[in-house]
Amino acid sequence: MSCPIPIRSSSRSTPATAPLVAIEGLTIRFRADGPHRPAVQDMDLVIHPGECVALVGESGSGKSVTARSLLNLVGPGAAVTARRFEIDGADARNFGPADWQRLRGTFAGLVMQDALVSLDPLRTIGREVGEVVRHHRLLRTPAEIRDRVIRTLDRVGMPDPDVRASQYAHQLSGGLRQRALIAAAIAGGPRLIIADEPTTALDASVQKQVLEVLRQRVGEGAGLLLISHDLAVVADLADRVLVMRDGRVLDAGPTGGVLARPRHAYTRQLIAAVPSADSRGSRLSSSRLETAGGPTGNSVIVRDPLPPRPPIGIDTVLEARGLTKVYRYPGRAGDAGRLAALADVSFSIRSGEVLGLVGESGSGKSTCAKILLGLVEPDAGWVTLLGQPWSGISEKTRRPLRRSLQYIPQDPLSSFDPRYRVADIIGENLLSLPRSRRQDRIVALLDRVGLDAGYLKRPPLSLSGGQRQRVAVARALAARPALIVCDEPVSALDISIQAQVIDLIAELQSELETALLFISHDIGLVHHLADRVLVLNGGRVVEQGPVEKVFLTPTQDYTRTLLAARPGPLTDRLGPPSPARRE
Amino acid sequence: MWRRILSRLSTSLMVAWGSVTFAFLALHTLPGRIEDILAGDLDYPGLREAIATEWGLNRSPAEQYLDFLLRIASGDFGTSYVLRQPVGGVLGSQVMPTVQLALAAGLLALVLAVLAASATAGRSRSARALAALLELLFASTPVFWLGILLLMAFSFSLRWFPVSGAQGWQALVLPSVALALPTAGLLAQVLRDSMEKTLEQPFVVTIRSRGLGEWPLRLRHVLRHAALPAVTLGGWLIGGLLGGAVITEKVFGRPGLGTVTLNAVLSHDVPVVLAVVLMAAFIHVAASTLLDILYVLVDPRLKAQ
Repeated sequence: MSCPIPIRSSSRSTPATAPLVAIEGLTIRFRADGPHRPAVQDMDLVIHPGECVALVGESGSGKSVTARSLLNLVGPGAAVTARRFEIDGADARNFGPADWQRLRGTFAGLVMQDALVSLDPLRTIGREVGEVVRHHRLLRTPAEIRDRVIRTLDRVGMPDPDVRASQYAHQLSGGLRQRALIAAAIAGGPRLIIADEPTTALDASVQKQVLEVLRQRVGEGAGLLLISHDLAVVADLADRVLVMRDGRVLDAGPTGGVLARPRHAYTRQLIAAVPSADSRGSRLSSSRLETAGGPTGNSVIVRDPLPPRPPIGIDTVLEARGLTKVYRYPGRAGDAGRLAALADVSFSIRSGEVLGLVGESGSGKSTCAKILLGLVEPDAGWVTLLGQPWSGISEKTRRPLRRSLQYIPQDPLSSFDPRYRVADIIGENLLSLPRSRRQDRIVALLDRVGLDAGYLKRPPLSLSGGQRQRVAVARALAARPALIVCDEPVSALDISIQAQVIDLIAELQSELETALLFISHDIGLVHHLADRVLVLNGGRVVEQGPVEKVFLTPTQDYTRTLLAARPGPLTDRLGPPSPARRE
Repeated sequence: MWRRILSRLSTSLMVAWGSVTFAFLALHTLPGRIEDILAGDLDYPGLREAIATEWGLNRSPAEQYLDFLLRIASGDFGTSYVLRQPVGGVLGSQVMPTVQLALAAGLLALVLAVLAASATAGRSRSARALAALLELLFASTPVFWLGILLLMAFSFSLRWFPVSGAQGWQALVLPSVALALPTAGLLAQVLRDSMEKTLEQPFVVTIRSRGLGEWPLRLRHVLRHAALPAVTLGGWLIGGLLGGAVITEKVFGRPGLGTVTLNAVLSHDVPVVLAVVLMAAFIHVAASTLLDILYVLVDPRLKAQ
């Protein structure tokens, strides 16, 4: 952390060409929001050809709305005003619907987050990619269009473009699907690409490949507006960055400068709250950047420590031996119809221990979680919980033990009965208590997870993402479990909310000495939280051991690839803060 | 995919076989002698004996059942003793006008529903409210009442269309409209509802970002998604169209299965009634089979499951 490391060469920071987009004083208001708080307020944005500009911020910061206003796709009920709104040199404030439609797909292409739902699932990849060309009559004959489709798929690195073109989105893997979505956006040869969280749903190694595809387009001279909540992604790709919160731009400038010398406290907090090896044992939500000595000193992340943890117990809470699960697809013979989701997986968790389970999608994490939760029977192998058999027994025998094993899902909302109130959701795990004492216990649990009695009657839909996850934590704790399986519990949350929920889980874990199985694709997060880690790939255990040992001195190639694929830690790039905040 | 279609077809055959069996059982468990039931209102010396010989009533029930099954399978529905004609001939001459009417009405309903839904889904509130009101009105109006109103307006007063008969396309217009409107009302409600759900999907933003206007977006992409629930409704609608056709034919004095069925019921012409019931069952089976196959064509994701 001693000297600033440039994020990327700034040789092409300000091209001399005319800007693709030049906006000043952009304000977007939604009728439903009332007159007080616009979704975007007084924003300036310029994008040049061959330049990547990133909008960074948490959900609700106005970054997606800003991006969509470039295509006039903000949605009904929105009022967009600006002092200057030039697209490709023309004043877009006078554009009619036909002008906008001419622009979309030909001048600017949009890439959204999750290709599974962002491509029409009923049409083939080829038809989706070719639609811009067909609709705008850029090419006439079917042969020409087909040729353009194949070449565009080839350009985004799609293997076997001929075959893929006749497949549907659901038949492709997440990475290929996202490439197809990019291909559909660039098939018309747009000079501006708007990418709204283009890699958020992807594994680290796939994310790297997709970012590479976008980087190539920028290298070829396209302008890229990248929207992301992930600072590491932005640091990797963007020339300039705008940090947004509540519809306002807080920090703006060349990426290296903004990330290395963040002027605004919020940017500093965003950078500091990313979990990593350095944040182990400290409170993530207390993270802040401080200047070591005077205005020329370096920025240092300062965090408050978590309360000391009691030593890990010696009793085994859960033991799994030789877990194997093969899924069979009907109608396909032989090996083609068999998928080995898990092969000979063994591990154990001791009381009060946090075991991290990492792996990319398809590695068998979910199957493993389902077996541990007693929802799927393994084909071979066994599980014991608190020394008693847990697999291969009837549900009736299992039921009395179920309270000892609780679950915190990725999406708590879909695990709540939508007609239940918060009190009912938590109370479900307290049915053995008499009604009078149940209420007190629920309030006490809410208090533990940082909510008050005012939430008792709230329906889950009215809660924010962080509050929902707190309720899920309270529900799990209500059963006084020996082990909680956490399946990607914070991957849908913003970084600052994530920090709060992780702190909560860490504190309660050490206080109650509950064992955790923490499933995540986020290596930094597992490094922050776990005592031991288990790396899964293709249903097999690649490596397991103490987290420091596995992550700092990995013995297996796969673990090394996994560690290398994550974007480098931002903390390495921190330098001295700039002396004054520029407005 | 072919395996799915084959298994679906074999299920359909089972259902058709079941309906024939059920008809046979019903005939045999009705109170009274089978000869009397089949003869209907008719009575002359030797008739009962002739029926008994033709239906083989002196043989064992198992033999009779097998014989019945084979006859139906070969398309022989027996003889109408009331009309003194083979049932196949009685129905055969009347099937086409009914099918014509049902098809015309079905197509009209489909076009009206698609237009109404595409034009109003997720658009201005007032147009939506007006369309919803009209749909509710049509969906809840009985076919015969619509028919009478149309006749009074366009045949008696304006004299644009003939009052009755089946000569030329003009005679088909009013009955088709009367039969189509209730179906269109219901279909449009379902279509708009699912279109509005589809319009909220993220891929719609992607499609708009390619520069497609509202109509191409709706007709090329959204309609196909919205069609899935409509296809589910399809089997029921086809039944409704056929049932409605019977009433519509009576109101407009058109020849067709409606008149035949009504007369057969009134004169207790059981062989004809039996044949109409079986035919209705077969049409239902065929329609639902076709719709199930259509599902897979509309949504390729179902192929994998």
